[in-house]
Amino acid sequence: MGRTIRHGIMGLVDPARKRKFRFVIALTCALLLASALIYTSFSASSEARSPSQLAAAAKPGQVYELTGKVEPGSISSRGTTHSFRVRDREGQVSVPVSYTGALPDPFRDGREIIVDVRKQGATFVGERDSLITKCPSKFTAEEKT
Amino acid sequence: MLSLGSGCLWLALGVALYGIGASLYGAGRGGRAWVDSGRRAVYATAGVVLVAFGVLEAAFLRSDFALSVVAGHSSTTTPTFYRATAVWSSQEGSLLLWVTLLGLWSSLMLFLTRRRAREVAPYAAAVLLGFAAFFLSLLVFLENPFDRAQTVVAEGAGLNPLLRHPSMMIHPPMLYSGYTLFAVPFAFAVGALITRRLDAEWIRLTRPFTLAAWLFLGIGVLLGARWSYTELGWGGYWAWDPVENASLMPWLIGTAFLHSVMIQEKRGMLKLWNVSLVLATGVLAILGTFLVRSGILNSIHAFGASTLGVPFLILICGLIAGSVWLVLSRASELRSENRLDSLLSREAVFLLNNLVLVGLCFVIFWGTFFPLISEAVTGSEASVGPPWFNRYIVPLSLVLVLLSGLGPVIAWRRATAANLRRNVARPAAVGVATAVVLVVAGVTGSVGALLMFSLTAFVIATVGQELWRGVRARRAMSSDSLPRALVSLVGRNRRRYGGYTVHVGVAVLFAGVAASSAFQHARDVELQVGQSAKVGGYDVTYLRPTGNLEAASNGRLEKIDLGAVMRIKRDGELVGDLRTKRSFFPSADPTLGPVSRFFEGEATSEVGLRAGLRRDVWSAISPNVRDLRKQVAEGDRVFEGAKALPAEQRELALAEALSGLTRSYAANPPPATFRLIVSPLVSWIWIGALIVFAGGLIALWPPLRRAPRPVAARYAARVARELNRA
Repeated sequence: MGRTIRHGIMGLVDPARKRKFRFVIALTCALLLASALIYTSFSASSEARSPSQLAAAAKPGQVYELTGKVEPGSISSRGTTHSFRVRDREGQVSVPVSYTGALPDPFRDGREIIVDVRKQGATFVGERDSLITKCPSKFTAEEKT
Repeated sequence: MLSLGSGCLWLALGVALYGIGASLYGAGRGGRAWVDSGRRAVYATAGVVLVAFGVLEAAFLRSDFALSVVAGHSSTTTPTFYRATAVWSSQEGSLLLWVTLLGLWSSLMLFLTRRRAREVAPYAAAVLLGFAAFFLSLLVFLENPFDRAQTVVAEGAGLNPLLRHPSMMIHPPMLYSGYTLFAVPFAFAVGALITRRLDAEWIRLTRPFTLAAWLFLGIGVLLGARWSYTELGWGGYWAWDPVENASLMPWLIGTAFLHSVMIQEKRGMLKLWNVSLVLATGVLAILGTFLVRSGILNSIHAFGASTLGVPFLILICGLIAGSVWLVLSRASELRSENRLDSLLSREAVFLLNNLVLVGLCFVIFWGTFFPLISEAVTGSEASVGPPWFNRYIVPLSLVLVLLSGLGPVIAWRRATAANLRRNVARPAAVGVATAVVLVVAGVTGSVGALLMFSLTAFVIATVGQELWRGVRARRAMSSDSLPRALVSLVGRNRRRYGGYTVHVGVAVLFAGVAASSAFQHARDVELQVGQSAKVGGYDVTYLRPTGNLEAASNGRLEKIDLGAVMRIKRDGELVGDLRTKRSFFPSADPTLGPVSRFFEGEATSEVGLRAGLRRDVWSAISPNVRDLRKQVAEGDRVFEGAKALPAEQRELALAEALSGLTRSYAANPPPATFRLIVSPLVSWIWIGALIVFAGGLIALWPPLRRAPRPVAARYAARVARELNRA
């Protein structure tokens, strides 16, 4: 016990050991914070799913990030609630989505969208303000390929 | 002209490659003449690229649809202002802008240092030319802006309506200036590492460029935030979108670098840390450019999958590997000359500030790249949203603002309790008093926001106290008036007081962000004309619809506007009217009818905004055009039968029909849906940003040549008198 205390005091007095001690403390804190960040990123993330993946297996209540294209002719609105179907980027499987709120300007038939959804009955209900429509804007190399 | 543009790109690539060789040979065995030749190659590359950019700009302004890039991004109905900006709306044009700006900044830096840093500059020139050669190779081999169209069309696709915003003129050039300016300290750091000239000389030489990079990138980011705030569906002023994040990361690391270099200059410490930061900033700037163009992450700014991902990835890997090797191989020469004396010192506060800034960057990096990380680790792609970012960004921002108040007042080396008491007690009291007043006033909804307001008051008080003490000391010496003493004080210590001003601006900006995030009210409502909705204490009434058909300067139809006038009242008293509208631009799809193509193309919302110092009232309309479908179909049918008419007559008839449609909408408006937002203190975000940039300009402004100073003369006279007395 006495030896431990003496070592502790020496450690605090010796500048080199003091620096090493501080470095270890700082590194431990940084590692702990980084671990918390990494852990929460996995637990708080929403998994990206295509319409066919959601149609095959979606747990009610869990939030998924749905990506796909708005099926042409499927959009209908009642007040501020909009219903439409989202189809696989390449494929025919689609799922029904209900979204309440303002739609982004580029939203329309055939446009690629990303929206956080939760399964409620047979429909996927969009989370508020989560819908983004890819801007077909600037670099249109996609069209060339 | 097209051949001239293409030829310029080839020539610039050749000159850049020659310049790399000449600089490296000159730095080795070749001698001064080769080094000078390499430097001149930088000027020549910049000049030739500037000509190419001019040729492309002229092609856009003349609507030369022989160029596929012009046909794809401009049209005769695009207003001249937007035709000029459409150059960088294309992949090819934006790459050309990037390399043009890089050439200009590189030339300026190498011209200014032509008689200095003789060992480091040739390597820096080679690195800068290396970047230029990379971008020129992309332009020559993959994305040539001077490629001819296979068929020359009569009318181009036009600039995407979403990009028709005044910010389009300045937001991208500012961002690119920031990115390219950060290449300058990166290149000089590489030069310093290669030549092992690791004193603070390269830092002093590149400081104005680092500061300018920080300033321009910051202006670019803030202009982007402001633009996003006035668009529907872009998530407000900040949405943690990958492309937004990509621009913020180099800015954060650049901020850390601007602080930590002060410790190297003052105490010879943190050399390894500083070169690492500046190399990281350069790599992050390229990473930002890569993110925008590769399409590897889902973004609101998704610019389409492109062929540029692989070359950029190779460049980034090369930059990282090279940087790590250089730093590790020079680690022994990067040892600090001094040690940290105390944890209660300005050095320690700066170090903590650096850790917080790097922490912020790490959080943003992790969140941005999480979809790729998650796919690599778990096999399935997942992403994190704004709540995850806010969980870490909010506490780190609070610490950052606290440190920006402490930094200016804590002593170098070792602060004593008396020093802290003298400098911190009053500002801390102001901070606590602010919190108490706000709690008493009922601002209790968010602890984070309350802490941020309190810390903002603390920062303003510390800077105010420093200014007051400085002014008082000057007046004691010179008997100047108060304003004159203040101007003189700031003028003689521009870097210091510019920095303090930046701190005040950052604190004010964060207070605006905290208030508008914590106390925002938003509603989506459907309203008939005359109906009202309540939001954040305001009554918003749909007063009347508006409808308008707009023609371009050449007389061709450009867009249809459908909108609304909203009346805003608070406690029964009129606040004002807001005008919001949605503009419908015609689709270029030839299969659509002449009327329906106006409702099947792109549409953009113009937000109605009443900005105030206390709060903003924001509104956007989504007009219901479903009820017009019958009339639209009828119009298409009529015009199908009018194909035989001459084009001019058809255009006139179409204008008449569309005018009738807009009049019909305004006369019998269907219910429209509105997004209504009331946000407190948003204006303070922009005011804070202006203060930050004013501070940046103060720090950046070159020092005046000093005239003989009356204070110094008076002091000398006093010393002489004292000596005589002795």
